Amino acid sequence: MAKHTIIFDKRPRILSTGTVAGPKECAGVVGKYVDKALADDMFGESTYEKAECKMLTYAIGKAIENAGMKEEDIDMMISGDLLNQIISASFAARDFDFPFLGVYGACSTMSESLALAAALIDAGYFKRIVAATGSHFSSAERQYRYPLELGNTRPPQSQWTVTGAGGTVVADGGSDIAVTGATFGKVVDFGITDVNNMGAAMAPAACDTILTHLRDTGREADYYDLIVTGDLGALGSRIVKDLTWEKGVDIQPNHVDCGEIVYNVIEDEFQGGSGAGCSAVVFSSYLYDKLKRREINRVLFAATGALLSTVSSGQGESIPCICHAVSIENVR
Amino acid sequence: MTEKNRENYNKNYIAYVNSFDPPTHHFKNCLRAFGVGGFICCIGQFFRVVLEAFGLSGDELAGTVSVLLIFLGTLLTGLGVYDRIGRNAGAGSIVPITGFANSVCSPAIEFKTEGLIYGLAAKMFVVAGPIIVYGVLSGTIVGIIYWLLG
Repeated sequence: MAKHTIIFDKRPRILSTGTVAGPKECAGVVGKYVDKALADDMFGESTYEKAECKMLTYAIGKAIENAGMKEEDIDMMISGDLLNQIISASFAARDFDFPFLGVYGACSTMSESLALAAALIDAGYFKRIVAATGSHFSSAERQYRYPLELGNTRPPQSQWTVTGAGGTVVADGGSDIAVTGATFGKVVDFGITDVNNMGAAMAPAACDTILTHLRDTGREADYYDLIVTGDLGALGSRIVKDLTWEKGVDIQPNHVDCGEIVYNVIEDEFQGGSGAGCSAVVFSSYLYDKLKRREINRVLFAATGALLSTVSSGQGESIPCICHAVSIENVR
Repeated sequence: MTEKNRENYNKNYIAYVNSFDPPTHHFKNCLRAFGVGGFICCIGQFFRVVLEAFGLSGDELAGTVSVLLIFLGTLLTGLGVYDRIGRNAGAGSIVPITGFANSVCSPAIEFKTEGLIYGLAAKMFVVAGPIIVYGVLSGTIVGIIYWLLG
């Protein structure tokens, strides 16, 4: 059977991260770990799109700064976001003096860009690459759903797009945290058409990539301290555990979902967080800190993305989903 | 996997996913909608009584009450209050004319960043447009039936 997994010989390292998150997110688990906690989700800008772009710019700049580097030390940035034509990423890139690769994996963009950055470094083409992504609740809401002030009710399956951005500097050495492998996911579609139930749509993709990764590497699920999915939410997390269990793999004891843990659910977040920023912020702040302190040593970071658009869902299409996984380990 | 198998598999998966659907509390929702909707109607009635005291009547009275309610709905939308009411009240705050005002006002606020013409004005009716179109259409059909029946 063909392998979808790369094992990196040179084990590219994660040197640093930079994160920023909105007020609602900072009331939750990431609050203590982010570099900048926003008191106002406009970030001093006049539109939500500009605020999202500024957050991404901040995360990239901060990651470079935290690595003790300057802009000219960086060879490239790989980034994407949720907005049409990935404007936040490309507009953020115009502030930096290095090449830019725009990628789109919806909410899986963080693991996709991390995997690509590690592959380019492992191959020896580049030395230092920034992988970053972000999202903003209000810009996502107006692109995909309704105006903010519209007095409608949110269905209980829905999730809340995370306002925040996270960036990481991946390099050919200089830290103990290594990207040891990557599994590129295939597009999986189990026929879910309900755009409010992203967790159920994305869970099969997560299951597929996690199982493929374990099969390709010959590892058991308990090899990892944590198997981290991106934004399946509470319901999606339950489904992914069921689906993997059905295939004879038990991820229950070490599975964590960024979307499920990001909020202290108090209002209308229901199933938890979502969006590209969700996995980016939780991984780059909270989980990165745990890795650095060696409280956890082996993480499979498998962010999931729903590859729909308002046009496709308007035309009654089901929701194709994808999941890319990177294994991140503490090495000597 | 063949097309047929895939279809069956998806059907099973969707049924499995639907089994997680939390129950909808119809009674509680209706009660809330009744309370909030009723309260909005009471405000309308209050306007009516006051305006009647000022000597308004007939179409003038009905029109003025509507205008006042639309103003109130728009004001509360602008202040960021109406969506909070709507989140809990459901149909109770969507059905009255204040809800219609909210559905016109909220996209106008949202899209004013794209300019006064192509943003605010053009997007103003993205939510309310269908209500107007099908409202007029069904009104016309009922009118024709009424006319045919003499």
